[in-house]
Amino acid sequence: MVPEISLTQSPSHSRHGSNIGQPLTRRDGILKVKGEARYAADNHPPGMLYAVLAVSHIARGRVSFLDVRAAKSHPGVVDVMTPANKPPLAEDPDAKTNPFMFRLDLLQNDLVRYANQPIAVVIAETLEAATEGAALLSPRYETQPPRVGLDSNESFVPPAVGVGNPSELRRGDVEAGLAAASRQIDATYETPTQYHNAMEPHAIVAAWDGDALSIDTPSQGLAMAQGRIAGLFGISPENIHIRSPFLGGGFGSKGLIAGPQILGIMAARLVGKPVKLVLRREQMYGPVGHRAPTRQRIRIGADNAGALTAIDHHAKTVSSSFDDFFEPAADASHTLYASPAIATSHEAIRVDTGTPLFMRAPGEATGSIALESAIDEAAWACGMDPLAFRIRNYAEVEPISGKPFSSKALRECYRQGAERFGWSQRPLTPRQLRDEAGLLVGWGMGTATFPALMFQAEARAVIRSDGSGVMETGAHDMGQGAWTAFAQIAADSLGLDLAQMEFKAGTSDLPDAGIAGGSAHTATAGTAIHNAGTAVIARLEELATNNERSPLFGAGNAGVIARNGRLFRRDDETRSESYADILGHAGLTQIEARGKSTADPASQSTYAMHAHGAVFAEVKVDPDLGQIRVTRLIGAFAAGRIINPRLVRSQIFGGMIWGMSFALHEQAVMDRRSGRTLNANLAEYHIPVNADVPPMEALMIDEHDPYVNALGIKGVGEIGITGSAGAVANAVWHATGIRVRRFPIRIEDVLTPDPH
Amino acid sequence: MSFSISLTVNGVRRDVELEDPRVTLLDLLRERLYLTGTKKGCDRGQCGACTVLVDGRRINSCLALAVSHDGADVLTIEGVARGDLLHPVQAAFIAHDGLQCGFCTPGQIMSAIGLIQEAQAGDDPERIREGMSGNLCRCGAYAGITEAVLDAQKSLAEASQRRSA
Amino acid sequence: MKNFDYVRPSTVSEAIAAATEPDAAYLAAGTNLLDLMKGGVVHPNRLVDVTRLPGLDRIEHLPDGGVRIGALVRNADLAHDPDFARSYPSIAEALLSGASAQLRNAATVGGNLLQRTRCSYFYDVASACNKREPGSGCDAHDGENRLHAVLGWSEACIATHPSDFCVPLVALDAVVEIEGRTGRREVALEAFHLPPGDTPERENVLEPGDLIVALRLPSEARSFSAHARYLKVRERTSYAFAVVSAAAALRIEGGAIWDARLALGGVATKPWRARAAEKILAGCNPDLATFRAAAETALADAKPSGNNQFKIALARRIVVRALTLAAAGTPRRIPALPASPFSSISGALHGA
Repeated sequence: MVPEISLTQSPSHSRHGSNIGQPLTRRDGILKVKGEARYAADNHPPGMLYAVLAVSHIARGRVSFLDVRAAKSHPGVVDVMTPANKPPLAEDPDAKTNPFMFRLDLLQNDLVRYANQPIAVVIAETLEAATEGAALLSPRYETQPPRVGLDSNESFVPPAVGVGNPSELRRGDVEAGLAAASRQIDATYETPTQYHNAMEPHAIVAAWDGDALSIDTPSQGLAMAQGRIAGLFGISPENIHIRSPFLGGGFGSKGLIAGPQILGIMAARLVGKPVKLVLRREQMYGPVGHRAPTRQRIRIGADNAGALTAIDHHAKTVSSSFDDFFEPAADASHTLYASPAIATSHEAIRVDTGTPLFMRAPGEATGSIALESAIDEAAWACGMDPLAFRIRNYAEVEPISGKPFSSKALRECYRQGAERFGWSQRPLTPRQLRDEAGLLVGWGMGTATFPALMFQAEARAVIRSDGSGVMETGAHDMGQGAWTAFAQIAADSLGLDLAQMEFKAGTSDLPDAGIAGGSAHTATAGTAIHNAGTAVIARLEELATNNERSPLFGAGNAGVIARNGRLFRRDDETRSESYADILGHAGLTQIEARGKSTADPASQSTYAMHAHGAVFAEVKVDPDLGQIRVTRLIGAFAAGRIINPRLVRSQIFGGMIWGMSFALHEQAVMDRRSGRTLNANLAEYHIPVNADVPPMEALMIDEHDPYVNALGIKGVGEIGITGSAGAVANAVWHATGIRVRRFPIRIEDVLTPDPH
Repeated sequence: MSFSISLTVNGVRRDVELEDPRVTLLDLLRERLYLTGTKKGCDRGQCGACTVLVDGRRINSCLALAVSHDGADVLTIEGVARGDLLHPVQAAFIAHDGLQCGFCTPGQIMSAIGLIQEAQAGDDPERIREGMSGNLCRCGAYAGITEAVLDAQKSLAEASQRRSA
Repeated sequence: MKNFDYVRPSTVSEAIAAATEPDAAYLAAGTNLLDLMKGGVVHPNRLVDVTRLPGLDRIEHLPDGGVRIGALVRNADLAHDPDFARSYPSIAEALLSGASAQLRNAATVGGNLLQRTRCSYFYDVASACNKREPGSGCDAHDGENRLHAVLGWSEACIATHPSDFCVPLVALDAVVEIEGRTGRREVALEAFHLPPGDTPERENVLEPGDLIVALRLPSEARSFSAHARYLKVRERTSYAFAVVSAAAALRIEGGAIWDARLALGGVATKPWRARAAEKILAGCNPDLATFRAAAETALADAKPSGNNQFKIALARRIVVRALTLAAAGTPRRIPALPASPFSSISGALHGA
């Protein structure tokens, strides 16, 4: 039985559809195509100096010497910041009072705990001088052998994985389920270290004025950044103004302010002038997070009819020697496939790298490629079509919790995606399809899923005396389209055209919009905006219905509708009054209200909330040369209410390309002796180029979900990568008959032996 | 040692006294001429974010020494639109949503303009994709980028036909 | 980047005088040199900018039927020169399969011959590398070396030469024209790059001050135009260095191979001419058995330098494929994905 949930957040005043749901082009598009969108590193306050990091070449040990004299004698160098002269901090960078507070390397000592750790900052009049000054420091080290790779240290069970998830969960008796199975899969998959590699390197321009601090820096979480900086420097958050109108990509790496950004602030304090510090591309492979490698063992049991009897998903991963982030890879098995017994568990070791961090679909992506591969293997073992097998094991309730889903249109995703792809023509046996040029062709699929999360946010709505509106929230646009989607929600909630209102975001002096992460920003900040708009309209309604001179006088019981800058009596739309007149009659210059959003505890405890999708991939493989190319990618996704289908298509496509990249391209290669990443660049850390990208389609399946939040938004930022990675991997198997369990799949993995 | 160089940037002559020969064309544009539309993504010729046209050809400005480009005619993203009137490539990028975070976008657009002028790709999407492969986009806006280039090329060709008719 | 003197000579002789100074380097486009300088891999004291030297940016058709390409001709201009692309299609295809359009628009012919390896230990200045720092050792030997050399490597160096352009050039007997302190001389490209031996830091025959002024292709190189391909396996569809590559050029008359040219890329410290394999091909029918025999011969001396055994089989196969495609005929137009196994070769063939 599903208990009744009262929908207290029901949208009563606004009529959706005038803006929400429209495929508007990006409102920030013009600025971006003209080169006028100002990213952090584009700022030049007067008197600004350039700061460049010097980073460690070793992965473990201590810095024994820095040639500060040589650096300082380079023309243009102003100062060198080292542990010896760094400005004092109010808080130990190694203190950790909450799980979101990551330990930072801020020159607190001479210890080195990963390669590319900042060990000094050179400040100069020009970028060229600062860069050479950093090189001239020519550090010497006392080196200890680094611990590199999944087997280089003693393993332990982490206290929690991801952001506070239990490390182990089980339901039912997995061993009994496996023992009872007539078909079993026991396979181990490996995923590599990956780096976010946003196109925009982390950058900061920092300027102090006494104890007031002005900052341009990309942030996916302005309020948290403000709080962290305030703590480190012992100043009030109100004294810190952060501008982050545009992020050149974040993907999680800009979720929390990183050490190098703080070092920029410290450098500005040291020299008493504004300072710009921008990471060099290779310096992004260390201090700003990454996706940790995993080794995942998955055991699956199925009966003769293809019904799962057990899923056991165990993931080994790494964290840094000094802090905790554990990629929650095994959690992917919690939600997708019905099984009487499910167990998930994690173990970890500590290695000498920077601390891993959430990277687009943390845990979901790593877990998904392993689980979707294993499900594909299980389908083959059962002699079943992979789609039929997935439908056979369709989860009507969330398997790990037994909770009903708040909504789940996955069956429809399967149906429409498969139909669009032509999946029914797929031969069951691999290595059966060839194209006219003789290339092997393979078709694979994967199920996509991502939790529909809600964090906390606040927004402020204003109606001005001329009837125009303002909506403010410190939201973050990292490419997902916040400037546009939030304005659409705001306009509808205010009953205004977009042109009649102003939407403000991207600075820390606005109400806290929460974090742009977990695919929850649109849901979270969008709900706050919606609530703020609803609240300000309610105040207008109160003014009008209580005013004897208003055409809406006494309409309180009937209620009103807000549209085009007017309130209309709900039961008689010939009676209406403009916002300007309402305020004018009340003698007010403006009226404002705030709105908040937070997860509804009753819904949360009752329902499992997830977005879903199905991805179908076609690959071609050269049978002799092993080169692989994805030639078609079709996904069908159900993710609740879609605010802007044009932007959602881009988000989903981006995720699908990440999935393809996960399966075929990207990995950091580390030297086991030095602990240095050998491909810390964009030439050999391969992310897909345009020519890698096949014709793609994203079908959005209608889904109405009254439980996730008032607007029914589930989020689309990360789901695209899940499902897609497995679909591509499974297509490679179907093309070649070779099951590769180490990602990315490489040329040599699919080479068949020479015929002679 | 100081170097006097003179470039035409977006149609305007710029005389620059360079105190340092190490300055790249990219850093000259961004840090000395404050034309920050051109972006630095890798600084090593591996991402294309810094693409500008020099004497009509698209190049990576991060791997070009400013001093060696004395006398060059440089077109950056700031010089592409005519006031409020967008270049067809710019308009097509918006229409096809060939951008997300926007950081690679100036480079993509300059590269697309260069590609269309090179006239090697025609209307073959595969040739467009290959020709645009020097511009990485981590958001993965490639589908929209390819559509935008095809579309812009078509409207430019139609406009030039109208002019010659 | 270390500071340097910048000089911009106006004549070749001035340039040579300026570049004879210790730690001087020529600057053309700088697409490789600046990258190396930014990485601290090289740090010249003086850059001699040769981009304004007169007369080095021309493609000249010689009376004997050959072609002379000035050292400052840009890669893209050469590849898109209609006459050049028709006469030397495998070279044009190799050029267009390298780097990106932006880099090809800047990079010069002379510079490409001097392109340095992409060995990550060469680039990682904290690693031992005999090429970067003679005598320091080779960390690639016991390191991450799945993409390293399988032919011609030495204990001192297992790096590969990254150029695509040089592969068909060396197959087609290109000659390098060098101007130096003692005048002009010519060196066959095959002899221009040196095997690593004990001196991997010495990558070519250039002496201090030597300037590449041109590259010449003999008239004979044209005779392969109907059957010439360059093929490259890489880890993404474009904008990636070769894992292995091959340039194959055949002269087929009366259904038999009269003459053959074959070279490999990505397998050795220099572009690798496979002369013994060419001998196998000459006089045979252009069929799979012949191509396989040629491939066996071409890789007969190959041995893994590390965790890269697969490259030997892969190199054999790319030789077979390149020969097969060359025998099928040069496409009239360079494929949409130059040198890619995914290139569609449908449509008219060159000279058909």
